[in-house]
Parts: sequence; C-alpha cells; structure tokens
Amino acid sequence: MTIQIKTLDMEPKRQTFGHVARRIGEGKSATRYQEATLDVQATTNFHYKPLYEPEYWTYDPRKTRVVMEDWYKPLDPRQYYYATYNISRATMNQAVERSFTFAEERGLAEKMSADARKQVETFLLPLRHLHWGANMNMTEITQRGYGTAVTAPAIFSSGDHLGMAQIVSRIGLLLDGQTGVSLDMAKEVWVNDPAWQGVRKLIEDSLVERDWFQLFVIQTLAINGVVFDLIYKMGDAGWKDAQLTIAMLTVFMTDWRADESRWSDAVIRTVAAESEENRALISQWAATWIGAAVEAARPLAAAFLTDNGAAAEAAGEATVARARALGLTL
Amino acid sequence: MSVKKLGLKQRYAHMTRGLDWETTYQPMDKVFPYDSFEGIKIKDWSAWEDPFRLTMDSYWKFQAEKERKLYAVIDAFAQNNGQTGITDGRYANVLKLFLTGISPEEYQAHRGFAFAGRHLRGVGPRVAAQMQSLDELRHIQTQIHTISHYNKYFDGIGEFPHMHDRVWYLSVPKSFFDDARSAGPFEFMIAIGFAFEYVLTNLLFVPFMSGAAYNGDMSTVTFGFSAQSDESRHMTLGIEVIKFLLEQHPDNLPIVQKWVDKWFWRGHRVLGLVAMMMDYMLPKPVMSWKEAWQIYYTEAGGALFQDLARYGLRPPKYADIATAEAEHISHQNWAIFYQYTHAAAFHTWAPDAKHMDWLSEKYPNTFDKYYRPRWEMWNQMAKEGKRFYNMALPQLCQCCQIPMGYTEPGDPTTICFRSSQYKGETYHFCSDGCKDIFDAEPEKFVQSWLPVHQIFQGNCGGATIPDVLNYYRLANGADNMDYVGSPDEKLWNEWQADKLKTAV
Repeated sequence: MTIQIKTLDMEPKRQTFGHVARRIGEGKSATRYQEATLDVQATTNFHYKPLYEPEYWTYDPRKTRVVMEDWYKPLDPRQYYYATYNISRATMNQAVERSFTFAEERGLAEKMSADARKQVETFLLPLRHLHWGANMNMTEITQRGYGTAVTAPAIFSSGDHLGMAQIVSRIGLLLDGQTGVSLDMAKEVWVNDPAWQGVRKLIEDSLVERDWFQLFVIQTLAINGVVFDLIYKMGDAGWKDAQLTIAMLTVFMTDWRADESRWSDAVIRTVAAESEENRALISQWAATWIGAAVEAARPLAAAFLTDNGAAAEAAGEATVARARALGLTL
Repeated sequence: MSVKKLGLKQRYAHMTRGLDWETTYQPMDKVFPYDSFEGIKIKDWSAWEDPFRLTMDSYWKFQAEKERKLYAVIDAFAQNNGQTGITDGRYANVLKLFLTGISPEEYQAHRGFAFAGRHLRGVGPRVAAQMQSLDELRHIQTQIHTISHYNKYFDGIGEFPHMHDRVWYLSVPKSFFDDARSAGPFEFMIAIGFAFEYVLTNLLFVPFMSGAAYNGDMSTVTFGFSAQSDESRHMTLGIEVIKFLLEQHPDNLPIVQKWVDKWFWRGHRVLGLVAMMMDYMLPKPVMSWKEAWQIYYTEAGGALFQDLARYGLRPPKYADIATAEAEHISHQNWAIFYQYTHAAAFHTWAPDAKHMDWLSEKYPNTFDKYYRPRWEMWNQMAKEGKRFYNMALPQLCQCCQIPMGYTEPGDPTTICFRSSQYKGETYHFCSDGCKDIFDAEPEKFVQSWLPVHQIFQGNCGGATIPDVLNYYRLANGADNMDYVGSPDEKLWNEWQADKLKTAV
C-alpha cells in the first residue's frame, strides 16, 4: 500500500535554462549538476587584458596547447557540484574520525615498533608537503583553466589535497603526542633527505608549468599515479607492524584516489579523444612526466621498501597501463 | 625534556603554513610570478593572523550540513509551488536582476580567489583565499539552484550567462569584476576581499536577501541565511588583508589608499542597481536606499575607517559625493530602465500613487521636488497611450559603463559630464570619481567593451533593436517591456484568480 498526497500540478513554461536545454535537448529536465556547471563561465566580450599577462584574456582557451571545440565535453562522471562534493567528503571523513578515535583509544601509536614509527616519520609524514604542492597545482588549474566543467572539480580536488595534507599532519601529531615535533622533522626530511629530493624536484618543476592542461596531466596522471600510489597503495610492507594502523588512518586517501581518478581519467580520455593533435600532445606529456615521476620515486622506493626502486617501476608501469587505457599512445 | 602540547593556534599553523617550504629546484619568483609587480612590500608573511581557523574536515562537515538543510528547503519550495506565494509577480524581476547581474560575479569571485589562493606567497592568506574560492562556487551554484524553479515560470531568467556577456547594463557589474580579475593578486584582495566583501557587502547581499524575506521568497532567503556564515568569514578575511598590508610596510599605504578610493567608487556605481531594486522593484520594500546607505555606509563604514585611521588610511575619496547621491541615484537609475524597458531583460513599471507617497516619505529632500513630477508626467503619457520610450542609444561612462544620466553634485537638474584626453582620443565619464579612475590607469580603461559603441560598430548582431535583442537572446515581448501586459503578469493573475476560486 502507498499513500498519495495530492499536490497542485502546475505546467511550467520551460524545464531548464536556455543554455542547458540547448545541450541536453528542449523539454527535458536538467540535473542539478548540469544547471550548476554548464556554460557558467564567461566566454566573450571581456573588458581588460590582465596586467600580469596581457597576452591572454582572463578566461582564455589558449592557456593550454590542447584544443577543444567545447570545453563542456569533459564532464565529471561523479556529477559533483558544491553540495554533493561536500556531502561526499563529510561522509568520507566520518571514517577518518572513527579511525583516529579508535587509534587513540587503543593506543595504536604507542604500540608501533620503533622501526615502524621511523618508517612512518620518514616516508609518510613528508607526503603532507607533496599534498600541499598538489593543492597548489589544482588551484592553479582552477584559476587558469577553461570551462567550469573542469575548473569546478579542480577546486574540489584542491580542497581534497589540503584535507589530506591535514590528515597526514594529524597522523604526525598522533605519533608525537600532539607536540608537532614529528612534523618539524618530516619537513626536514622533505627538504634535505636524499630519498625525497627527486619527488621534491618533481613537484617544484610542476609548480612552474604554465600550460594548465599539461599541469592536469602531470598532477592527476603522473604524480597521483606514481608517487601517491607508491606510498598509499604499494607501500603496505614499508609500514612494518603498523601496516593496519596506517591503512586505517589513510582510508580517506584510498577512497579519494578511486573517486578522483574516475573524474581525472574521464577528463583526459575525453580531451585526448577530441583530435589526433590532442592525443599526441597528451601522450607526449604523459610519457615525459610519468618517466620523470618514476625517476623521482625510484630513490624514495629504494629507501622506503629497500627494493632497489622496483615499486616505483611497478607504479610507473601501472600508470602507463592506465594512460593507454585512456587512449594515449605511450 | 618534555615538549609542550600544541595550543589551537599552533596546531592550526602546523595544519596550514607548516605545509609550505621554500622551493630550491625552482626559484620562488618563478613559482609566484605575480606577487611583486604591484609594488606591495611584504617583510614577513608569517605575521599574518589567520582570521579563522578552519581545517578541511570541519569545513566539509559544516558546509555539508548547511547544504543538506538548504536543498531540503529548495525541494520543498518547488514541491509546494512556492513561486505562487511571493508578494507580487513584480518581485520576480528582482531575481532576474540578481541572477543575470550578481550571480555571475560570484563565479568571478570563485576564480579570482583561486588566483589569490595560488599566487599569494604567504600560506595563511592562500589557504583562506582557497576556502573563499570554494565558498564563492557554492554561492553561484546554490543561487542557480534556488532561482531555477522561478525560471520554469517567469521570463527573463533562462539566458543568464549568455546575457551577462552581452547585455548593456550587465557590462556594469561584469566590467567591475573583469577589472578586479585583471589586476594583480593584492589589488584583487583589496577590491573584492576588502572593498566589496567587507565595506559594501551589507549594501549588496543583505538587501537582496532581506528583500526576499519581506516578499515571501522562502527559497532565496534560505540561501541568504545559509550563506551568512560564509559571508562573515569573507569579511574577516577582507579586514585582515588590509590591516596586514598596511602593517607590513609604510610604502604600501599610498598604493592601498589608491585602491580603496578606486574600488569604493567602482562599488558605489555597481550598487546603484541595488539602490533602484530597493526603492522601486520590491513590492514590499524593506527600507530605502538612503536609509541603507546611512546605516551600512555612513555609520558602519565611518566606524571602520576611524579604526583604520591609525594606519594613516583615510576614508575613500568622494565618499561625501556618494552619500549626497544616495538622495538621487535610485530615482535616476530606475528612470533609465523605464526609458529603455524595450532593451532590458526584466520588466519595469512606473511607481503608483501609493508607492510614490512612500518615496516622498523616504526622500523628503528630493522625491517630490525632482522625481515625482517626472513619474506623474510619464504616468499621464502612458494613460494617453503615449508611453515614453527612449529610442536613442545613450552615451556610456568609459569607466563604470552606466548611461550618462547622473546629475552634477549639488545640482540635480544638470547632467554631469567629464572627459579626458588620451592619445588623441576623448573619453567620457559620468563623474569625477570615474574620471579619476580612468586617469590613473588609462591604458586599462581605454579597453572597455562599451555595449553602445559595440552596437554602433556592428558587433552586436546588427543595427536595429530586434537585431540586438536577438544577439542578447532577449525574447521580445516576453523578457522586456512593462510588467503590465507581460506574460509574467498574465500568469501571475491566473494564479491569483485560481487562489480566489479555491477560497470561494
């Protein structure tokens, strides 16, 4: 049995905005994602050239070498707009809160062996700086990119990286009894430890990249695929007896990686499929930067997993396979 | 040796500025290429006081909760045909002005704060700017969703991004934000973070939301309440930015003062649209523009600039002129739209006798003397079938882009004209404030995309009004002209008749 409340049915004059209807077909009702995203960015009749970069308009498709007939083709399969993004992350974060509470209640940090603790301090905590660099890159894509379809999820990703940098920081605070000592040490490692210098150079090189779609490939394909996956996905053995603790405390990163790559893979696939020129350019970028990421990660893997860099190679191979599956030729 | 546990402030510092490092594989000046050309000197970024200490986990949690509540209201509003419960069909025109003129600027703010959130060298302000970038994306997206339901019934809403890039009066807010977006990151922070979000927000955001509350628009007012805590974060960022710049180096003062003068005046001109909305468009008015200006600029702004005087900053230049204009600006703006109703994407109407009495009461110094006679004449002409339309395209101010319809300070019967020469060309302005802004940056303002010039140059679809309306995607006979006789009015009257039928 169902109950039925009678409501007044009113005949609307139109189902959605004109620009949305022209894309999805007249007379169809639009989703909230579509209304919040499609054609939201200004495209024409700009007033002033930026003082800092007069060769471009503020919104200018020439800020990347790839060319799209329509920058609203690379849509977000997750259909995120601000509300659904925040609700998703708030939900993901509940698991983080439970994990930290559990770890604190059971004294998991104190139970780690000295060996494991050293590994976490040296190979996990410095990652907060890499997240911060990634945050800068995704914010750059937000400000410099073209079309809300790509730039709105980019600021979400930027928020994710800041959030993950803070989760990593909390792990440090859990280890050091909320004194911050471990975080200062981790920064020292990030800046000076030879094992990390390749990765630090990699992210610093990305910070000066001005082609925003190349930057998208560098960050979401190469750095996420090789370096973050090396630590979060392939690094279990490196945490020694703290393996479960770290797996639990980084559950957000696992969820995030699956969620974000649904989007970033779709964007790369769509932009590469637009033309042979795009495919060639993106393939070349991917090859260069996956290669650079593997080089950068090799000493890190060697020090972290004492594997001679094999895990970095494996992460690189997995990333190349992923790139090929997106239609790139590597 | 025991190390002390972190206090909240230090803990937050670890969560934000502790993340940053001095790059060495690439020079810092290449990583941050845009933060030096404006001449602002920062001795010590670490002196930045975080205006609020919000980590991402709390941000997601609070914002998700607010969004759940907001969308529940938006859904309920649509389900129960809330659009029929507004005070009058005319009210929908306020939403048209808002979505075509203001919401796209929320988007501009989103992208602009992403620029500041990437390119300011200090980590503290960068994190705060990133959160504001996220918030501003929230505002454009929730405004679209809030007003989406009205779009299903009312005309003039459905082409808002297309119109924003093209329609003559929308170039006023658009050029304002294009100006801020094409400036460097520090000027952007003063323009939008301080002048707009701090000094003037109560004259922009609040009137629209209060107008919604007074006129039965539950959907929009719920958005307003939901955005309140975002807005107060933005205000604390705006005030922190200006104090920080002024504290960092004495050489910053003249630069910041120039920006405060510029953005106050530019903001004042954009707010003229809000003034006419408050005085003429709300079926149930909240307060007059003059009263709002008195409370939110003269009193609150006065206290603010008193507080900032210790840094040597003085109140914005021409603030006295702006205060004097509060007696006139809404009347002059609504008169412009009344004359050009055929080219506007919302409906206009002349105030009726009761409304004019309200205006007389609110504007005892000016309404009866200067503006009532004009409305009475136009009402009479309309009654005789000779409704007044101005078919000539107006001259626009090169700076604010508003038709040159404003009057001389102290002389409300003479139109104010100013001009400047630059590289052999003459440029025209509505006021000393706009002329000063041009004279300080002529190479920027000669670029203005002036809608009337563009029409004459053939860049807006053609030479006739139907051609231009077509270029605007402005549905002639539906989106434009007087409210009386419009499809909006017809639909509204049907809803009212239906309600009465049900009551009988």
